[in-house]
Amino acid sequence: MSGYNFAYLDEQTKRMIRRAILKAVAIPGHQVPFGAREMPLPYGWGTGGIQVTAAILGQDDVLKVIDQGADDTTNAVSIRRFFARTAGVATTTRTTKATVIQTRHRIPETPLRADQILVYQVPLPEPLAKLEPSRAETRQMHALAEYGLMHVKLYEDIARFGHIAISYDYPVMVNGRYLMSPSPIPAFDTPKMHRMPALQLFGAGREKRIYAVPPFTSVRPLDFDDHPFRLIRAPHPCALCGARDSYLDEVLTDDRGGRMFVCSDTDYCASRRDIAEAAGEAA
Amino acid sequence: MNAPLLDAPLLEARDLRLSFGSIRALDGVNATLWPGEVLAIVGESGSGKTTLLNVLSGRARPDMGQAIYRDPEGAAHDVHAMPAPQLRALHRSDWGFVHQNPRDALRMGVSAGGNVGERLMAQGARHYGSIRDTAIDRLRQVEISADRIDDLPRTFSGGMLQRLQIARTLATHPRLVFMDEPTGGLDVSVQARLLDLIRSLVARLGIAVVLVTHDIAVARLLAGRILVMRHGQVVETGLTDQVLDDPQHPYTQLLVSSVLQA
Amino acid sequence: MAYVAVKGGERAIDAAHDWLARERRGDPAIPALGIRQVEEQLGRAVDRVMAEGSCHDTGLAALAIKQAQGDLIEAAFLLRAYRTTLPRFASSLPVETAAMVIRRRISAIYKDLPGGQVLGPTYDYTHRLLDFSLAAERLDETEMRPPARPTDTGRRAMPRVMDLLDREGLMGAEQPGDAAPADLTREPLSFPAGRDVRLQALARGDEGFLLALGYSTQRGYGNTHPFVGEIRVGAVAVEIVPPELGFAIEIGRIDLTECEMVNQFGGSKTEPAQFTRGYGLCFGHAERKAMGMALVDRSMRASEFGEDVTAPAQDIEFVLSHSDNIEATGFVEHLKLPHYVDFQSELETIRRMRRTAGEDAAPEGEAP
Repeated sequence: MSGYNFAYLDEQTKRMIRRAILKAVAIPGHQVPFGAREMPLPYGWGTGGIQVTAAILGQDDVLKVIDQGADDTTNAVSIRRFFARTAGVATTTRTTKATVIQTRHRIPETPLRADQILVYQVPLPEPLAKLEPSRAETRQMHALAEYGLMHVKLYEDIARFGHIAISYDYPVMVNGRYLMSPSPIPAFDTPKMHRMPALQLFGAGREKRIYAVPPFTSVRPLDFDDHPFRLIRAPHPCALCGARDSYLDEVLTDDRGGRMFVCSDTDYCASRRDIAEAAGEAA
Repeated sequence: MNAPLLDAPLLEARDLRLSFGSIRALDGVNATLWPGEVLAIVGESGSGKTTLLNVLSGRARPDMGQAIYRDPEGAAHDVHAMPAPQLRALHRSDWGFVHQNPRDALRMGVSAGGNVGERLMAQGARHYGSIRDTAIDRLRQVEISADRIDDLPRTFSGGMLQRLQIARTLATHPRLVFMDEPTGGLDVSVQARLLDLIRSLVARLGIAVVLVTHDIAVARLLAGRILVMRHGQVVETGLTDQVLDDPQHPYTQLLVSSVLQA
Repeated sequence: MAYVAVKGGERAIDAAHDWLARERRGDPAIPALGIRQVEEQLGRAVDRVMAEGSCHDTGLAALAIKQAQGDLIEAAFLLRAYRTTLPRFASSLPVETAAMVIRRRISAIYKDLPGGQVLGPTYDYTHRLLDFSLAAERLDETEMRPPARPTDTGRRAMPRVMDLLDREGLMGAEQPGDAAPADLTREPLSFPAGRDVRLQALARGDEGFLLALGYSTQRGYGNTHPFVGEIRVGAVAVEIVPPELGFAIEIGRIDLTECEMVNQFGGSKTEPAQFTRGYGLCFGHAERKAMGMALVDRSMRASEFGEDVTAPAQDIEFVLSHSDNIEATGFVEHLKLPHYVDFQSELETIRRMRRTAGEDAAPEGEAP
């Protein structure tokens, strides 16, 4: 696009963001403040992820953008178009072909590799915010690693409901030191973060924070020995590809209680159907 | 339990001085607290007793002087030279603080069990069942029925709230508890029950207590030794019975006689 | 099958944008709005968009208003997103509002004062009656009227009211600082935030938010006992010092509104009582905004003056974290984005909770 730099941001700004990313990688799970710029997309719609992606994108990168696991949701389309337009990079919907994957609310089902980077869009980077609104106070709690309050919240859940009732944005300890918000991914995805070969970067534009989980870093959900972290998933196979190990969307099919469950990861689902089809033809 | 080191003081104030503008809140205060003993600091409001409590517990910083704490291994620490994380850890484990208003210490939106358990979890306890067992045990110690464990503090009476605060403090087996007018603001009958409870707990658990009170009767009931403050200075100190039965300093005499008349 | 509902995102977006463009244009039988018309005739809207968009350019602001169908927050967003791509080649010197070419200047604390009270163009004493003559599609009455006799008002010497109080030693001294002021557009907000950061955030802040917060202080949530020391509206010169020249040159003039509030005096036995100050400054003619800003600025100085921080307007972190309407509108409106992955997790969790509760409740209903 004429009149704008490669990937929209000027090089000065990209350097500033890369410095923040380097610091974030050096201190896994620690939120690094950065001078987030106004983007031509609204705050809360992925401006943090977009800035991180813009700062790391090179001409040869292949970009995949998903929202809710799908490549064709409106916001994913809008962000993919933005980079196709401002950076002219190749885009893909295939998880295996992408070098950079920007995501909102999901981690792809297909395991990621060491030569891939996963960029999360983060609305509220502060995992303690729901318990303590003052960022001045939470900063101190992070500095002193005082996370008892978070466990109190989990304790209260068990005392009230008999189990931990956090179903998404499940708080995790990174590298045994920093409490971190994994962004609002379902708890189902949380274990995928642990010792992931790909670099995981997190951008929060409105809150102006960047954080990271370097490859092969420990990411552990907070829990109790006698109430261990549990995956939450609808107890059905995917109606389209039959997968029993993927996270499912519930789709209402009529107004009489009719519903079907399908993979939220559209690429995973389509790939499985392609394979099944090919196997069927071969047979 | 740790065997108290009886040959060394647990906490010492050495020539503490602190001024607010022209007011000398602490004017060269020396004091010693031995393991397992209850020391009462008495005086009128404005005498500097609460300031002394805050300085001893590291919540306020003196202009001059030191507060020295001896840990279970016998090592001495200057309270005000400790790094903040270490002091905060001390407050969550070996120390406790009982505020006059329990609402200052309790999380009113968290259940009684969660309030007691928080200190354990902050120390790394990660077994829900045993955290709960400890919470039930501490609630029993302060005479709160186990079936109130999941209730929110806002459903508790004033006396129960104060006992819950004490249960929370006791969760981690503290060696030293600071108490700031723990029975202030309670009805007389509730006060009596609470004093009784504190006295038996302290004796049974061997906890050392620095107790600030304006109430001579509270000091007489709980404290082995007493320290009388006026204008930021210690005017008299000694065994509680001795000081109260035979006060030497005119100010102590005034204090004691005013109570007897009341 | 209903599953197709989530497909076809790209086409849907294109179609939505086409529809929006048609809706923005409205009935093609009505002449299109010119940018110059907006600039000239919707000046207060232009001013607000420039202030909240943090960019002084009346033409671009007018364009943004036209493009956003008059949605001023959307327009400010357009302007900000454009502004952030611009290179920064210089920082201006502080503008001298004492040397302002005045269009309006009033003080509520002195009946008369050097330079006098200048009402200028104000709605203050208008009767709020709809003027149906404006609805007639012909030249406005005012256009027929000969221009008012030119006055020398703008050029008269107008010392700032605060400086008059200052000379008497009645105003609390402001600490002059040599340090370059912080810049929110480059550095993230962090707490504790200095007054430079606070004032910058308020100057960019949402007019409605500042108005409501300022109002709340008057109703007792952190009262500051304010008086309008002075409001002045007019043009000031903007100067920069190009490094190759080494001296200041004027690069243009901008319209500003400045409000200085005189607030309750502090003082103690040792410190003599003095008035304190709340300050508001923003682009264009925007008295409501400048006044709200001055009230909130003073409220946020509570701890500086040893006052208890009890009200929302006094809570620096609360005010600064929520004053930016571009951030606020983005985050509120992002709730429209799909959240079905998280919602699915919540569905499974709530179903599980209901099952558990059902199991617990069942035995009680049965006879032993």
